[in-house]
Amino acid sequence: MAITATKGQVGLTGNAAVAYAMKQVNPDVFPAYPITPSTAIVEDFSSYVADGEVTTELITVESEHSAMSACIGASAAGARVMTATSSQGLALMWEMLYIASGMRLPIVLADVNRALSAPINIHCDHSDSMGARDSGWIQLYAETVQEAYDNTFMAVRIAEHAKVRLPAMVCFDGFITSHAIENISLLEDQEIQDFVGAYKAENPMLDTDNPVTYGAMTLPDAYIDFKYQQSQAMMRAKDAAVEVMKDFGKRFGREYGLFDTYRLEDADTAIVILNSAAGTTKVAIDELRKQGKKVGLLRPRLFRPFPWQEMVEALKNVKAVAVLDRADSMNAFGGPLFNEVRSALYDLDQRPKIFGRTYGLGGRDYKVKDAVAVFEELSRVVETGKVETLLKYITL
Amino acid sequence: MEKKEFPVGGVIPKGGTAHEYSTGGWRKLRPVVNKDKCTNCLICWVMCPDSAVIAEDGKMMGFDLDHCKGCGICAVECPDKVKAIKMVEEAE
Ligand code: SF4
Ligand code: SF4
Repeated sequence: MAITATKGQVGLTGNAAVAYAMKQVNPDVFPAYPITPSTAIVEDFSSYVADGEVTTELITVESEHSAMSACIGASAAGARVMTATSSQGLALMWEMLYIASGMRLPIVLADVNRALSAPINIHCDHSDSMGARDSGWIQLYAETVQEAYDNTFMAVRIAEHAKVRLPAMVCFDGFITSHAIENISLLEDQEIQDFVGAYKAENPMLDTDNPVTYGAMTLPDAYIDFKYQQSQAMMRAKDAAVEVMKDFGKRFGREYGLFDTYRLEDADTAIVILNSAAGTTKVAIDELRKQGKKVGLLRPRLFRPFPWQEMVEALKNVKAVAVLDRADSMNAFGGPLFNEVRSALYDLDQRPKIFGRTYGLGGRDYKVKDAVAVFEELSRVVETGKVETLLKYITL
Repeated sequence: MEKKEFPVGGVIPKGGTAHEYSTGGWRKLRPVVNKDKCTNCLICWVMCPDSAVIAEDGKMMGFDLDHCKGCGICAVECPDKVKAIKMVEEAE
């Protein structure tokens, strides 16, 4: 898709917007293996390469395992590196994801969220990126095309932040966000270049005057110490994210935080939910508010690191919370978002009542009526003071 | 090295550090060269995967036993007509 407008509004799909964002960053290397629903990112980006609109080295590889391996090699060499994938592609990268983060390489990956097989399915849920939640990557989630576009730039800055140096994943919903056209506002190339700045690699392998080794063996006398460093970096990533989001807001007027809230300040009940389904939930909230019901929403944007203190602060006055997961941990104990929000609330003296619901797997629609039904359940919990059903599937 | 100074990401921040780390302790068989037979063709020097054959001025001088792992490749690669390298049990 050719984009000529660089000012004002333009209608773009999520994939086209993120590919355009990557073009504006103009990374040094882009290794990729296309997979639905993120294919258009790779298609668009390769057009930019072919048309000479970027100076990026595009590496076409034979699998996603190789794509991430090439990302790691290029990043260790000293390049600014980006890629995109989905679902099975991310799953095939698994082994290498941990190596990228353990080597502290600030690679940026767009993950267009899609269900994992089996059964095979190409539509949206979060089982791919949720499966990678412990791989040491920073994870940003986006509700809209605009946010996915903006997060791409912020991810570069957070990943490369001197106090962080960790890879980052930009996640948004397959088809719902990746293929739907939204009116968004693009930034100018120069604004982006000023925002991300020139990349200065640490210990680049191509600096042959100062030879270094990547990927050396560490034994029990050192391994845990490196993991401790990595864990500390992930803790620092929260402040770095706040700093980067503030700078983004100051420069471009679009304010982002660790999470987004909607009519939460005086809410008695709230839904916690990721990505595009938050939009549907907001419509339900507006309808219920018209009937005088005090309902609200919290939508995490930064999931790794998990900003639990801030979330507790935002949820502590709510009487009952429903956490909706578009992924099942298959632990017979609820989804990942549910477990982490519930754990975060544990230390409160007056804890909100809480339950978890799994919804929308494999692209099953989540409708306004589904959100309304969850809010009805929540108000029953508030009335009775009891959670009847801790966990269940909805949208079945 | 102080733990606080551990390089980020496990990077080894300089070259040639393998010199300082002895890997010869793995060895079960030790190469022994018979200099009377050796023709200094240096095939063993080329083929040793651990650069543990010492060559000076075009001559085979023996083995760096701090880094020789005892694989026996040098003994196999030494030309059939020469066979100047024998592997002997470390225990002997
Ligand atoms: S035994 Fe193996 S490691 Fe030792 S010198 Fe011969 S080829 Fe090299
Ligand atoms: S391969 Fe055999 S003959 Fe050639 S240098 Fe080595 S020991 Fe000597």
